[in-house]
Amino acid sequence: MPALPLDEAGKYVAGAYLVFLALLLVYVAIMSARLARLDRELAELGELAGNVVERERSTREEAFRG
Amino acid sequence: MSFRAPRTLAALTVGTLVAGFALTFFFAPNDADQGFVQKVFYLHVPLAICALIGFMVAAVQAVLHLRSGDPKWDVRSYVSIHISVIFGIAVLVTGSIWARASWGKWFVWDEPTLVSFLIVFLLYCTYYPLRYAIEDRERQARYASVFAITAGAFVPLNFIAVRLAETLVHPRVFATADGGLTAKMTFTFLVCLGGMALLWETLVRFELATKSSRARIGRLRRALEGDEAIGSGSRIAPAPREAGS
Repeated sequence: MPALPLDEAGKYVAGAYLVFLALLLVYVAIMSARLARLDRELAELGELAGNVVERERSTREEAFRG
Repeated sequence: MSFRAPRTLAALTVGTLVAGFALTFFFAPNDADQGFVQKVFYLHVPLAICALIGFMVAAVQAVLHLRSGDPKWDVRSYVSIHISVIFGIAVLVTGSIWARASWGKWFVWDEPTLVSFLIVFLLYCTYYPLRYAIEDRERQARYASVFAITAGAFVPLNFIAVRLAETLVHPRVFATADGGLTAKMTFTFLVCLGGMALLWETLVRFELATKSSRARIGRLRRALEGDEAIGSGSRIAPAPREAGS
């Protein structure tokens, strides 16, 4: 098969490389969404840890008073 | 089980891939037969090689999992398959575009190389339903490893079968004595292959780092909430003990 002229071949080559780039971008977007979720979970854990510390402190104080 | 995100590796990957693509368009000569459209070769072939080797790496990791019982190998095998499947999607799409430009068709159903790659890809697509159909995490990991080994052994067998097939429409660039490529083309191809291999490894490590963080957050949450099941850990088998990667 003869080589395609540059203007015709260029579309296909650009298409192939753009598909690769698009796939990479989709992957990065998914990873950033996951990272945001991990960030939220970490914030929740921080709150949870704060509550646990607070609860332990009040238990200790009650025991000290009692 | 703890994996760190590889910043240096990520930077090296970006550098190598950019260099590879720059060489593709500004250094490697146009192919005498196919012309400019052959530039897809520097993207499509490294992707295919990395995807297939990735499947075999997953099989080796699955063997290590079955031998040692260490869940970290199961997680690694899962992630290797996952990234290779993503590479497989890219191989099929870029291959279709190249086929359309070269042969006038998006897919040639009687071409052994194309059909065999599609079969391998579809085979690995069944890994996910198989894995998540099993609730017990130990059994899930064991069955997934058996699958990874069986399918991984199928990859080289498939490759040999295709090479032995008589009908060859798909170009055999590396089959000729001198490789069929000029020195400039070979150099460009090797840089692209290196970049793609680095990309595969980087994505694998990022995926492992994410999974590791999720599992640790899940364990921390359970510990803070007094061992109450929250279900926020990784969907794949988390390490019951610190495996020390």
